[in-house]
Amino acid sequence: MGEVIVVTSGKGGVGKTTTTANIGTGLAALGHKVVLVDADIGLRNLDVVLGLENRIVYDIVDATSGNCRLRQAIIRDKHLEGLHLLPAAQTKDKTAVSTDQMEELCDELKREFEYVLVDCPAGIEQGFKNAIAGADKSIVVTTPEVSAVRDADRIIGLLEAAELRDPKLVINRLRVRMVKAGDMMSIDDMLDILAIDLLGVVPEDDQVVISTNKGEPVVVDEKSLSGQAYRNIVKRIKGEDVPLMDMDNDSGLITTLRRLIGLK
Amino acid sequence: MIEFLSRVFGKDNTSKDVAKERLRLVLVHDRANVSPQMLHSLKADMIKVISKYMEIDEEALEVNLNSEDSQVALVANIPIKKMKRASND
Repeated sequence: MGEVIVVTSGKGGVGKTTTTANIGTGLAALGHKVVLVDADIGLRNLDVVLGLENRIVYDIVDATSGNCRLRQAIIRDKHLEGLHLLPAAQTKDKTAVSTDQMEELCDELKREFEYVLVDCPAGIEQGFKNAIAGADKSIVVTTPEVSAVRDADRIIGLLEAAELRDPKLVINRLRVRMVKAGDMMSIDDMLDILAIDLLGVVPEDDQVVISTNKGEPVVVDEKSLSGQAYRNIVKRIKGEDVPLMDMDNDSGLITTLRRLIGLK
Repeated sequence: MIEFLSRVFGKDNTSKDVAKERLRLVLVHDRANVSPQMLHSLKADMIKVISKYMEIDEEALEVNLNSEDSQVALVANIPIKKMKRASND
């Protein structure tokens, strides 16, 4: 029996979909059988981030409303054998799938897949409630900005109220140089405020944009810093104890950075 | 310039400190579910009660929630214009 992990954030644009795509691709690259569920109905995006936009025939609404069998709606990735996508509907709205249907869907998916990752829509309305309905665990994505952290705090409260205890934090788009200059909140600042466990930190990296342009998640890019960050997150999800990496190659900064990221 | 100097000398007012402090305050309100309306009527009631004993500057009165070391406090800054003379004897 697999597990269902929902990726949330509250605020839009902080990298939920990118995070979902990278974690899913990373897990599949390690040989796991994974399905990514795009729960952002009406604003389908996970398909383009994964480069699978041309292969969609049926979607999540077709599958839950009985328009097709679930198996027909699930798309297999071009490169990675274990990677699958259940795309969102683009023409419907967030109420097209009910919380009961979502729970049923997740139950069915986790019988067949080791990991079911649900990409949650932004906001705290019905779409959010649906997306978390069948989840066993949750990830909260934030960026080091006041607005994003505030919304993350709200989401953490709502997740806990929905009995999804112990959400894990992913800090996205951290700019190490700005943190060092005192112009961006550090990892410790955010952990201090949000008081939840850290799953990983992804540095701001041009390579993410380049990879997303091509529809190939950066996690498979061996050379990039962000790819390494996502691979570390994937290992932590699997239960491995991976220390936070150094996010700057400048050797003179390493001591400071180690302190900043809590290694020293 | 002052900002630069205080940064060089390690004073606590980098922009991230400002961000963190603002965030901390906004979360105190968010988490406590205290609405601006509620604070407003609290303020009005306080004015009513305190005015019985002293003359206060209603315009300058400030009531806020504050958090320090995981404790939340209601902080009121109430400037007094003048004390009322005792008239009850």
